[in-house]
This record gives sequence, C-alpha cells and structure tokens, in this order.
Amino acid sequence: MTVSDAVVEKRRGLSPRQRAQRSRGIQYAVLIVIVVVAAFTANWSQIAEVFFKPEFVKSAFTSGLPGAFLKTIEYTAGAFVIGLLGGTLLALMRLSPVAPYRWLATAYIEFFRGLPAIVVFVAFSLLPLAFADLVIPLDPYGTVWLALGIVAAAYMAEVIRAGIQAVPKGQIEAARSLGMPAGVATRKIVLPQAFRIVLPPLANDLILLVKDSSLVFIIGTSAAAYELTGFGRDLANTESNLTPLVTAGFCYLIITLPLGLLVRWLEAKAARAH
Amino acid sequence: MALVEIQNLHKSFGSNHVLRGIDFTVEEGEVVCVIGPSGSGKSTLLRCVNLLEVPQQGQVFVRGEDITDRDCHLDAARQQIGMVFQQFNLFPHLSVLDNCTVAQTTVLKRSKAAAEQIARDTLDRVGLSDKVSAYPMQLSGGQQQRVAIARALSMDPALMLFDEPTSALDPELVGDVLTVMRKLALDGMTMLVVTHEMAFAREVADRVVFMDAGVIVEQGPPAEVIGNPKEERTRTFLRRVLDPTHVEPTP
Repeated sequence: MTVSDAVVEKRRGLSPRQRAQRSRGIQYAVLIVIVVVAAFTANWSQIAEVFFKPEFVKSAFTSGLPGAFLKTIEYTAGAFVIGLLGGTLLALMRLSPVAPYRWLATAYIEFFRGLPAIVVFVAFSLLPLAFADLVIPLDPYGTVWLALGIVAAAYMAEVIRAGIQAVPKGQIEAARSLGMPAGVATRKIVLPQAFRIVLPPLANDLILLVKDSSLVFIIGTSAAAYELTGFGRDLANTESNLTPLVTAGFCYLIITLPLGLLVRWLEAKAARAH
Repeated sequence: MALVEIQNLHKSFGSNHVLRGIDFTVEEGEVVCVIGPSGSGKSTLLRCVNLLEVPQQGQVFVRGEDITDRDCHLDAARQQIGMVFQQFNLFPHLSVLDNCTVAQTTVLKRSKAAAEQIARDTLDRVGLSDKVSAYPMQLSGGQQQRVAIARALSMDPALMLFDEPTSALDPELVGDVLTVMRKLALDGMTMLVVTHEMAFAREVADRVVFMDAGVIVEQGPPAEVIGNPKEERTRTFLRRVLDPTHVEPTP
C-alpha cells in the first residue's frame, strides 16, 4: 500500500466533524444518566426537610441574619483596607533598593502566604491569654480586621508588586525626565497605573476575603459579633437542622456573585483598553 | 559657556561597548541633529544627556554643572532638559491637560491655575488646544507626540531632547510633528534631535552629527555632512537612507 493509499483509507472513516459530534453525544448521554440516577436514588423529601425548610429560613431572618450579613461585609471591608495598605507597603518594600527591606517583605509574604489563615486566627484567639494586658482597639473589629488583614496583605503584596512591574519603564523615564523625584514618580505616575492593572485580581482577592471572614468564629466572638457562618452554625446547632447554614451560604453568594461579575467587567474593560 | 558639554563619554551594556569616547557640545540656541545607523549609539548618547543612562566614564556638563557627579541635584538639572521619546510615553491615566500640569505642580510647585494656564499655552503652540480634556488613548500617534512636546515645554526647559520622535508614527502623521519641531527651532529653542528624517535635518539643523559604532565620525553644517560628506562611512550611510532601493555593488 502506498502512502497516498493510506491517506485515502483514513479518509473513509468518520470526518472530523462527525467525530466531534459523536464525542458531544457521549458527553450528553453521561450527564443524563447521572441526573436520572440521582433523581431516583436521592431521598428528596428528607433533603428538602434538612436543607431547605421554609420556616427555618424565615426564623433565620427574624433572629439576626441581616445583622450577621452586615457583620460579614464590615469584617471584609476593614480587612480589605488593611490588606490593601499593608500590601502596597510590602510591594514597595519588595522593590526597594534597600536590601533589608526586600528581605523583610519577602519573609513576611512567604510566611503569611504559606500559613493557613486558620492558624493566624487561632494565634489571635490565644493572644489575650499570652499577653494579659494586651488590648486591641475597636473590639471585636480591631482583632478581626488585623487577623484577616495580615494574611490578605501578603497575598495583595504580590499582586500589587506584579502591577507595579507591569507599568512600562518608559513611564518612569518620562516622569524622571520631567524632574520628578523617584517618590513623586511612584505616587503620581506608577501606582495609579499599577492599581488599574491589578484591579481585577484585587477584586478576586476581595472575594476570597469575604469567604475567609467566616474564620472569625475561631476567635470566639460573642453572639452579637457573629458574621454569617457563625450565625448559621449557631442556629443550625440549636434547631438541629441545616437550613440556617444553607441560608447563610446563599447570603455569601449574594455578595460574591456581583463581585465576580465586577471582576469580569473589569477584565473586559482592561482588555478593551489595550 | 556651552549649554551642554560632553567629555570622553563611555557607556557599555554588559560587553556591548555602545559609546566609545564622545566629545561633544551644544551651544545655546543651537539645533543639532544626530544621525547614524541603528545601533550606532545615538539614542544612548541622548539618554546620557539627562542621565537616563548612567555613563561608565566621562562627564556631562549642563550649564557648567557636572550632572555625572554623584552629589549633583539631578532632578533639578533635569527640569531644564525636556525630553520627547520615540514611544511618546504619555501618562495614560491623566488627561492631556493633566499630563502637562502634573510635573509643574509637583516639581515646580506652581499653583494649579498657573500650571493649567501654561499647559493651555503650550498645547496651543503644538496646535492641540481643543484636546485638553481628551485622554492619550483617544489621540492619534501624531497628536500624542505633540502632547508629549507640550508636556516637556510646560516645564520651560533650556534644552529639548528628541529621541527619534517620528519613528513610531504612521508616515502621514510625521509632518505635523516635524512642523511643530520646526516652529520650535525658529523660536530659538536649543534642540538635540536624534532622527532619521534627513530632509528635516538638512533644513532645520544648524549642525549635523554623524555617529557610527559609538563614535562621532563627522559633524558640521548640514550642507557639508549631508550634502558633501567627507567620510566614507557617512557616504555609505547616506546612500542607504536617501535611496533605500540602492544596492551596494559587490566587490
């Protein structure tokens, strides 16, 4: 058989389009089988009873869900501000001409980025035991903001550093050629552009922070300071039903889904600008 | 005293010896065009004049002050030297007006109103007074480069450096920028221009400097350097530039 015969032989089988069609058909079939099996084997009435009981949804709203919702937002917002300020400072330190600043920033970032956030929270919960006269102001906000912000700063520092380095070198040269000292050039020219570049990944960090705020319960706040997870867990415990926790879970989506849309919009906008 | 005086300038990037001993002056009010093949070191020479590149050896004097001295107030020296880049390097996050005021208010400490007045005047000089509130992205390349010229002029520089200001432009936009530069030269601005625009150099320059392989090969009035070059290297370069279809005879 010659080479050209082999090519013709191969062509007699399914065309690429037919093959893609067959593959897609198989994927749909698998999906349908899974859905059908799930529909027949699951105990739907029990699932609805445990996870989606309307009266517990209602009782969640009357017994403090809106307050917990607000707390989650407050904890997140404060931590985001601390993370942003700390992250910017760390990013500038990492790019500093002074070597010890670079080492310090690198050590901080590697340490807190590698550490599970829960460890930091446990540490903060134990701080008052270790230092009896230690008072963190704005209780409970101060503690929560610090604990969340310390970890967030490590993540954001790397994002912001990447943003600063993504600003074209010509921008700094133009600023310096106009006689701007390095500090002014950084503040007026580099940072505004860097933040524009990192807006999508920063919004992404904000979403992560919303979820990390659930770790607050480890600090052992009082019921009045409960955010969504603490609240849902507490109520689910007393009612022996998971509906309050599911309700709290949906509340997270109310916050994070719009943020996710914001990220996508920012990314599309950034893509259009270039 | 010369406005700029360069003595025995050497600059290397790694093992690449780009400037190999440059001696060179620019007098007040003079327009000097630097020409030469790419890689000859002309842009590097220009960038050494305001110390965007730090030379390894030699001195750069601006109005008698040695700006290569490590204790020199470099930012103050740079205020007198405007620079226009090949890629414009406008600040994309600022409006055209703010591009022209940001250094005035932060460096020269001019009031916002005074800075804006000066910015409007310089934008008028480059023919863009109707674009004050636009952003760089919304402008054509030629308009962006004219804003960059206005931005530099807003600082009242004693000297303007142009680093291939028309090389990144579409051919039909080159003329607008060259017109602005010609006007600037007629107004008596001291200019040091790295360019490939031979017609501009011939017409506007008081002196043309031909560089090759990191040294100044010859310099003089445009009629001599471009019209009647003495050096073989200059002649070869000009033949290539002025007649791109010309083919060197193979020996």
